[in-house]
Amino acid sequence: MLEVTPGWYMTLAAALFLLGMTGVLIRRNALVMFMCVELMLNAVNLTFVAAGRAAGVLDGQVSVFFVLVVAAAEVVVGLAIIVAIFRRRETASVDELAALRG
Amino acid sequence: MVELAIFVLMGLSTLAGGVTVVLARNPVRSAMGMLASLVSLAVIYVVNLAHLVAAVQVVVYAGAVLTLFLFVIMFIGVDRAEDTSETIPQHRKLVAGLALVVAAGAAVLVWRGRFSWTPTAPESVPIPNGTVQALGGELFTTWVLGTEVTAVLLTIAAVGAIALAFHRRSGKASAEK
Repeated sequence: MLEVTPGWYMTLAAALFLLGMTGVLIRRNALVMFMCVELMLNAVNLTFVAAGRAAGVLDGQVSVFFVLVVAAAEVVVGLAIIVAIFRRRETASVDELAALRG
Repeated sequence: MVELAIFVLMGLSTLAGGVTVVLARNPVRSAMGMLASLVSLAVIYVVNLAHLVAAVQVVVYAGAVLTLFLFVIMFIGVDRAEDTSETIPQHRKLVAGLALVVAAGAAVLVWRGRFSWTPTAPESVPIPNGTVQALGGELFTTWVLGTEVTAVLLTIAAVGAIALAFHRRSGKASAEK
């Protein structure tokens, strides 16, 4: 009988991380890029849970907690920055925010 | 057997949600794709006996973070078409090449790494049961310093977001006087 082993979870997490990475690289809407970063964080959370289960310890789930908290803080500050930029420049596209270009 | 069925179903819907996030033109559809991904992952967490993590995933991610995203999407405007022309030459090919390299690296790590692919004997390692009591015990004994630092981080993030929201340009402020 086929059984789900940690390798399967790692494969799923790798695929999800790859999707998020591709999204960050090809999208221009800052909000969508942010969502792709969240996808990558979730992929890593999945590896933590699966590895913790394989090792038989709770530490994996504790790590997921800290990742969740940092992700929430990051979203709050990041979205505030995006809104502040939008108020000033009327755009959320990262291509048009090239003020530092030499 | 149940785990296999749930893994296939929820894994597929996680990936489908991820593809939607990356490819959808409308940011609202991206947000909905992310919702599908997050909820499917929560189901996978429940199968792994990470009960509290699954609940927090739904409440914090699917509830708070996604609502915040939708607020900002609506605030910024959903009808702006994204420019799809390539400003960096060969951009898509470069990204595809990089993605292939990362995928190859991940494949090597997953196949040659130390993850078990053969089913272990049942009860060889007891699955840690992530109940509120068990996880809370860990958080407030072994990891209590990290928990307290986390509280400081959240306070700083809240204060920073409010400061950014109320920040006025000095020129505008002087013009109003």
